[in-house]
Amino acid sequence: MASTVLFYLFAGLAIASGISMVYHKNPLYSAISLIGVFVALSCIYVSLAAPFIAAVQILIYAGAIMVLVVFVIMLLNLDEDKPLNRLRYLYFVGGGLGLILLVQTFFVFYAVMRAPNHPADQTKMVGRTLDLGSAMYSQYLLPVEIVGVLLLMAIIGAVILVRRLSQPQLELVIEHELEQEHRKR
Amino acid sequence: MEPSLASYLALSGILFTIGATGVIFKRNAIGMFMCIELMLNAVNLTFVAFSRYYGDVTGQLFVFMVMSVAAAEAAVGLGIIIAFFRNRLSIDVDDASLMKN
Repeated sequence: MASTVLFYLFAGLAIASGISMVYHKNPLYSAISLIGVFVALSCIYVSLAAPFIAAVQILIYAGAIMVLVVFVIMLLNLDEDKPLNRLRYLYFVGGGLGLILLVQTFFVFYAVMRAPNHPADQTKMVGRTLDLGSAMYSQYLLPVEIVGVLLLMAIIGAVILVRRLSQPQLELVIEHELEQEHRKR
Repeated sequence: MEPSLASYLALSGILFTIGATGVIFKRNAIGMFMCIELMLNAVNLTFVAFSRYYGDVTGQLFVFMVMSVAAAEAAVGLGIIIAFFRNRLSIDVDDASLMKN
């Protein structure tokens, strides 16, 4: 009984924070609402007997990724989002897509409700850090290595993207060419 | 009594819907980026719920992989946003139309 109440509490919190994230025009308010979604989902992971994933959710998402996002928002000193006036058809595209996905969600809900349900085995607990760690370094060693290489590539790519060009005269040449191109037109 | 698998899937679907509509409604690149993070989290919830109800650890392992990919995506995506802001002095996605004509 208590787990049902807690599920509905945190599910409502997650959905309300998600709607508030899309609704707010100020990027900083959106970021804070997104942190609310992450914390609510982390509490749901605890109720799903996955304490390691819950801790990692707080550490990586609410800790690392959102700090990066808030840092970029502050660095660029963004103002409020402009109202979309030029692309009015996007309202219909977005509304239609949302409606289709919502209908699909309720279809899945009814399909799973009608299926013969077997309740979760209360005695079997798979989310312990020991189980995850032993599976990660024996059965799933190759994916873990691939993820490590991917993170290394992402770090190198981010540094190369954000770095200024090492030869300033090269930028001048590019600007000059762009200007000539513009004049020709 | 515990909430059924269907309610976790419904929550995940609703969060994914919010994220997908947000990507279309948001005009600035950081807002779209955050909506993509929301969609990734909705899929993670599905993985963890199935992992719980089938008693298999694989789902939680793949949540870990998705989180690593999301961290890599955050680093590269925010780098692209900063490089774009440096060239255009705006992160409105409508201004990213250099290749249009």
